[in-house]
Amino acid sequence: MITVLAVHFAVAAVAPFLFRAWGRNAFYALAAVPAASFAWLLFQHGAVYSDAGAVSQVFPWIPGLDLEFAFRLDPLAWVMSLLILGVGALVLVYCARYFSPEDRDLGGFAAQFLAFAGVMFGLVIADDLLLMFIFWELTTILSYLLIGFARTRLAARRSALQALMVTTAGGLAMLVGLIMLGQSAGTYRISAVLAQAPTLVSGPSGATVAAAVVLILTGAISKSALVPFHFWLPGAMAAPTPVSAYLHAAAMVKAGIYLVARLAPGFSDTTYWQIIVLGLGLATMLVGGYRALRQTDIKLILAYGTVSQLGFLTMVAGLGTPDAALAGLAMLLAHGLFKATLFLVVGIIDQQAGTRDVRQLSGVFRSSRALGIVAGIGAASMAGVPLLAGFVAKESVLEAFVHHASDGEAWSMVVLVGIVIGSILTFAYSARFMWGAFAVKPGIERTTFKAVKPSFLAAPALLSLLSIVYGLWPAPVDAWVQPYAALFASTASDAGTPAEQAGHLALWHGFTASLGLTALTFALGLAMYFGRTLVARAQSRVPSWIDGDRIYQLTIGALDDTAVWITGRTQRGSLYFYLAVILTVAFVLPLTAMLMAGKPLPANLYFIDPYSPLQPVVGAGVVIGALAAVKANKRFLAVLMVSVTGYGIALMFALQGAPDLALTQVLVETIILVAFVLAMRSLPAELRDRTGGKYRVVRVIIGAAFGITMVFAAIHAMGARVAAPVSLEFPRLAYEGGGGLNIVNVTLVDIRAWDTFGEISVLALAATGVASLIFVRGRGDRSRVPDTIAEGSVGRQVAVEPGSRDAAALAISRKFAASARDAWIVAGRTLAPERRSIIFEVVTRLIFHSLIIFSLYLLLAGHNLPGGGFAGGLTAGLALAIRYLAGGRFELREATPVGAGTLLGIGLATAAASGVVPLLLGGQVLQTAIIELWLPVFGDIKFVTSTIFDIGVYIVVIGLVLDVLRSLGSEIDEHFEEQRTAPAEDLPTDHDPAAARVQEPVGVPAGAAATDQG
Amino acid sequence: MSINLTLLTVMGALYACGIYLILERSLTRVLLGLMLLANATNLLILATGGYAGLAPLYNKDTAAQEYSDPLPQALILTSIVISFAVTAFMLGIIYRTWVLARQDEIQDDVEDLRVAETPRFDAEDDAPIPAETSEFPLTMLGSDGGAVSDHPPTAERPEASGGFVTVGAKEIPAADAAAEEQPGSQNVTPGPEGGVK
Repeated sequence: MITVLAVHFAVAAVAPFLFRAWGRNAFYALAAVPAASFAWLLFQHGAVYSDAGAVSQVFPWIPGLDLEFAFRLDPLAWVMSLLILGVGALVLVYCARYFSPEDRDLGGFAAQFLAFAGVMFGLVIADDLLLMFIFWELTTILSYLLIGFARTRLAARRSALQALMVTTAGGLAMLVGLIMLGQSAGTYRISAVLAQAPTLVSGPSGATVAAAVVLILTGAISKSALVPFHFWLPGAMAAPTPVSAYLHAAAMVKAGIYLVARLAPGFSDTTYWQIIVLGLGLATMLVGGYRALRQTDIKLILAYGTVSQLGFLTMVAGLGTPDAALAGLAMLLAHGLFKATLFLVVGIIDQQAGTRDVRQLSGVFRSSRALGIVAGIGAASMAGVPLLAGFVAKESVLEAFVHHASDGEAWSMVVLVGIVIGSILTFAYSARFMWGAFAVKPGIERTTFKAVKPSFLAAPALLSLLSIVYGLWPAPVDAWVQPYAALFASTASDAGTPAEQAGHLALWHGFTASLGLTALTFALGLAMYFGRTLVARAQSRVPSWIDGDRIYQLTIGALDDTAVWITGRTQRGSLYFYLAVILTVAFVLPLTAMLMAGKPLPANLYFIDPYSPLQPVVGAGVVIGALAAVKANKRFLAVLMVSVTGYGIALMFALQGAPDLALTQVLVETIILVAFVLAMRSLPAELRDRTGGKYRVVRVIIGAAFGITMVFAAIHAMGARVAAPVSLEFPRLAYEGGGGLNIVNVTLVDIRAWDTFGEISVLALAATGVASLIFVRGRGDRSRVPDTIAEGSVGRQVAVEPGSRDAAALAISRKFAASARDAWIVAGRTLAPERRSIIFEVVTRLIFHSLIIFSLYLLLAGHNLPGGGFAGGLTAGLALAIRYLAGGRFELREATPVGAGTLLGIGLATAAASGVVPLLLGGQVLQTAIIELWLPVFGDIKFVTSTIFDIGVYIVVIGLVLDVLRSLGSEIDEHFEEQRTAPAEDLPTDHDPAAARVQEPVGVPAGAAATDQG
Repeated sequence: MSINLTLLTVMGALYACGIYLILERSLTRVLLGLMLLANATNLLILATGGYAGLAPLYNKDTAAQEYSDPLPQALILTSIVISFAVTAFMLGIIYRTWVLARQDEIQDDVEDLRVAETPRFDAEDDAPIPAETSEFPLTMLGSDGGAVSDHPPTAERPEASGGFVTVGAKEIPAADAAAEEQPGSQNVTPGPEGGVK
């Protein structure tokens, strides 16, 4: 069975390629799949109808959830599969002529169609509640896609969405019901659940089971378009007609009926079942039949007719007696045959005549008698005319309900009368369909109708032929259905054999009550047909009932409005508002919880750490820095104050006994300071507080409350600690496992190396982010070579007023710079003379290489002494920053022949390689090996492989700093120069004058130093 | 478990200052606030290590408790470097905002505000559908789907009319305007300052 499923999906997956090769004829290839499966199914007959009663297959899927691919092909599933696979194959054959060769997107359409056939087959053979649900939802999604095939049409889009919403809503209810049922039963295997159904219903969890079954039925009635969900089915007629024929007549809507039939042996005795199934079924049958008579579109006549029949089928399948079960499946097959025939005929008429409107069609029968005969057989079968499938099935249905009513209950009589009325309506709309589609109507121009090709007509003709065969020779169907009907058989001794209880399908049962009812149906149905003008007039007087479609639209509209209202109230677009709400919650909830809990403060609180008595002093400095940062109204002052807190915290780290942290923090603070100066040089110096006074109070309150909450939360959290810290093991692990003395560094590169790997990925990402924010296009890894730059051209001041102090200073600095000067740094000559500082260049020349060597030392020594990849990388970055500040952007370019992006990539690759290589050597990811060897000059060397990981970190950090310098430094320099050399009117003038003032004197940072000097 | 109130008090003060700053409209202040929050969090993690101790450099004669706890230190080290990356990224954002809009302020999101004014009528949901009595020609037809479009023929798209669209103070050909709305359009060449060059 799983092979059959797999073939459906596999062929569906390659269908688009088949269509590219063969055009619409590829439909034939696709039709072969369900056709072959159909043949396979016939061969399974023996096994299914053996004593075992079913063919089962189980494959484990998610053992933890008890979810299995459990399939079970029993007689019910077998009969359903006949319909699904057989009609599926025929409709696919029909599709090959329905669509024109020029139609686009047929590949995708056919793939969905074939996959749908597979999913439907999976749905009926699934023996696991959740597996069945998965197939169930897949049919919903595929149906959405298939209905919406004509996606440029509003009608198709909207009705596809409507069908999706309605059936998904039902599906959700059903999921809840399935889980409740599965949990109550202790198993999700459908056959097992049904086996213990009697004890479940009467057992202690009876109420849960009742709710579960009602919820599952909700899913079934939404899928099968029963009242009150009936409106989506006529809407779905916006689908291409083959889709309507297959999904909305033969297959998908039958899923609900199937579910009812599947559960009926277990639950049909309960009251709620009977009320829902019979009540809603009857209402649907009558509403559908009544509305079918009002339609002028022949496809809609069929659609409402289908709604009516689905109600009818639900009643029969759910009644729960052996004869009703027999009749239900018989009717299901008959309906599939005749309804598919009729839909396919409608498709042919639509394509040949260009309309489906009964007010425009005239004389179609005269143009194509074959089509008329095929349709006539289908319609007659639908109306229940003798010798056809519909008659045989409907006779046994009536028989079952007569039998049901014979117990004399009023309710049973109402059902019987309702069914007879429904049958009369069915007869009437069947006749109306034939008249509307084929008759010659006076006063209407005869429809031009192209001849129908035999290949187009083949599928409906074969279906109608089957209706005849079934009608004349119902014995095989009877044999197929009997085992299912036997499930309902009473085991009482006087009840007789199951077959006796269920009766048989036959053309002639003798003069029975049901035959009389059929005769009555025909008489009244014919009367309604001939009196159709009267009926139409009467119907037009009756006001339109509550329209399900309208209610749906109102519901969705109300939902939209509510969503907009809530969004409008909460989504205010103000970051301040969002943060204030979030932060208020963040302190109110924990503070309340802590006050309510009323736990005493832990005992061991101290202000002065005996091992580090200086902390309060440094701490005071940090707090003062933070407060000054809050008060500062100059941009750089605020930045400096934040730096003060940063350096202060570095000191705190040192006092706490964390040299690595202190080192790293100092390096980071320094580089951040440089980055700030570079990025903010174009922004106005003043930092105005633009938030009003009222808000300031709120901000103070939120800030203070949050700070206090954090203090108390920290005290309580730390006081609650009972276990010994996991890190007590770290020294030993670091030395023995990691082969290093610096525990923090070994933690980073070995014990918690995954963390660090994640971190350097974030660094690479952030670096790329910075570069893309500034460069906009590309990463800017390729910039111009300094050799092409004219001497002294970079950062030249041009907009200086003649005669001003600036001009004088400029003249002096240019005079000095003009004297011959040895190049201390490579690209120093490119800088404008007034930008250069000889001292800075000399110092850079002296310390750059020392810093690089020092960074390498930090990197390699870091395993045993403070340092490591982060500190080393930051030091190297600092060295680059000095080069840039002294020599400008071309100096930076000279200092780094490799682009920042390449560095980031190499670093990540190195770290990744150090993680993957141990895996290839049979170890674990990121496992460390310690290699001890002797080298001539160095002597004994202990090499730990995690150093390679650290080298990766080192390179990534350099890449990050380089990206920051290139973006916030070099690239912004270039923006400045472009602006400065541009004509004055192009300069943006709409900003406040403060900004313009700042831009002039502050340029390349080195320039500022140079000017001061001059 | 020993609890160092000095560290926690400094932490609380930094949190308070940081929160005060991020509730400000100036992007620079928000960034400074974030940095203070990061520092405060580092102190919190540091405080979980308990008493100050020896630097965590292994010595086989030292008992494990005598070191300053190495695990918080490893976490903080990670945090310091990540904060640097985030700061650099924010600096990039601040610079770009300044270049594009000449301001260093967080504006209210106009699009967000517009949500509240969404009209009740949504064409996709509420427009009346003309009754269709045939699905032919199928709408997936190859060459031109124009004949079966939902849009009434009177409301022609601007690009078809070949007119001009006023954008800001400039008039540009409607076709170009439409093309510029497409992401990745060739017609849009952003300058280094952003916008169209």
